[in-house]
Amino acid sequence: MINKIARSIAEALADVKDGSTVLIGGFGTAGIPNELIDGLIEQGAKDLTVVNNNAGNAEVGLAALLKAGRVRKIICSFPRQADSQVFDGLYRSGQLELELVPQGNLAERIRAAGAGIGAFFCPTGFGTQLAGDRETREIDGKQYVLEYPIHGDVALIKAEKGDRWGNLSYRKAARNFGPVMAMASDRTIATVHEIVELGEMDPEAIVTPGIFVHQIVRIDRVATQAGGFKKAA
Amino acid sequence: MSYQKRTKDQLAARVAQDIFDGAVVNLGIGQPTLVANHLPEGREVILHSENGILGMGPAPAEGEEDYDLINAGKQPVTLLKGGSFFHHADSFAMMRGGHLDICVLGAFQVSATGDLANWSTGEPGAIPAVGGAMDLAIGAKQTWVMMDLLTKKGESKIVAQCSYPLTGIACVKRVYSDLATLECTPQGLKLIDKVEGLDHAELEKLVGLPIQPE
Repeated sequence: MINKIARSIAEALADVKDGSTVLIGGFGTAGIPNELIDGLIEQGAKDLTVVNNNAGNAEVGLAALLKAGRVRKIICSFPRQADSQVFDGLYRSGQLELELVPQGNLAERIRAAGAGIGAFFCPTGFGTQLAGDRETREIDGKQYVLEYPIHGDVALIKAEKGDRWGNLSYRKAARNFGPVMAMASDRTIATVHEIVELGEMDPEAIVTPGIFVHQIVRIDRVATQAGGFKKAA
Repeated sequence: MSYQKRTKDQLAARVAQDIFDGAVVNLGIGQPTLVANHLPEGREVILHSENGILGMGPAPAEGEEDYDLINAGKQPVTLLKGGSFFHHADSFAMMRGGHLDICVLGAFQVSATGDLANWSTGEPGAIPAVGGAMDLAIGAKQTWVMMDLLTKKGESKIVAQCSYPLTGIACVKRVYSDLATLECTPQGLKLIDKVEGLDHAELEKLVGLPIQPE
């Protein structure tokens, strides 16, 4: 019988190794799997490369993982935010390597890893600092930069609902990077707020088919949190 | 003759005036967000947010905030009837694939031929952050910039060549500013309109570049 339901976050994260590349879903605070990140802090894996759109908010979740000194490098599009003080300090003191990637390239490089694409030519960033010295090519009169996949050893994502086959649906704009990160990792671990029986999820509305998911863990629902912007006084 | 600069709201209204019925539009973080408040009545416009929303609506009433439903600036928003959610690779395919009609962005500098610099001032020690700016700039069918024409020091933000790090090359079609609306072309700047009382020679002097009359 296939049963991808893990009993606990600790069980789901038991095999994460030092030096892993960890894809972490979320955009700002929407869809960020804080419970799994807290579990990773407890689990102790270090020397990690983390891929996320941002670089942590306030002192919790990803910011706490950074603060705990577990991350060697972060690959992201928008580290600097109103509440990214933990990242800012580590970056400025040279304790954290940053690879800055345009947001769409980040998503597509992750998708490419999941889809078995060796590399792809993308117009974004051509002629800018962020294209670095990567190969370029003119195709039908337009300029492109060669972009390589970003593959994860582990993906940590936050979904809404799941079943024992690992099928997932998401909630609103918290979907963001979840579906592509799930595809791109050797081992995808998702939290859900609800686990249902096989057949209860509408097959037309399953966003991530279970083939991309290795373990799911149920967590309690908590109120969504603001983050990443300066609140009006 | 004297002239009055467009206020932020007047500038937003000026941009909104050119957004056609049925357009799918991405409004960048900051000043461009104001454009949504000025869309002329009777025009149905679909707002795209790069974190995975089409049909984005205004901010929710106080107490109704849901931080799973935020815009690119991470502020809480709402979803209009007909709206949809999708993942990031699809969202950016909408840009690069040429499905998005218009994006409106802020800028540090724009060159006369439409190069854009809006993600980094290149200052040493500054923490870089790019987000979706590069994808949007080269992806939308039309990229419009909305900005003050001059810096606080009175220097033109429209330049012969950007000195700040580039976001994209020859990607800006129009600049909507507090003093004039200009088109960027391979041949340089072309006037679309200017505020009342500002004569052409004076505008050219402020910009420091030749501007082809309307």
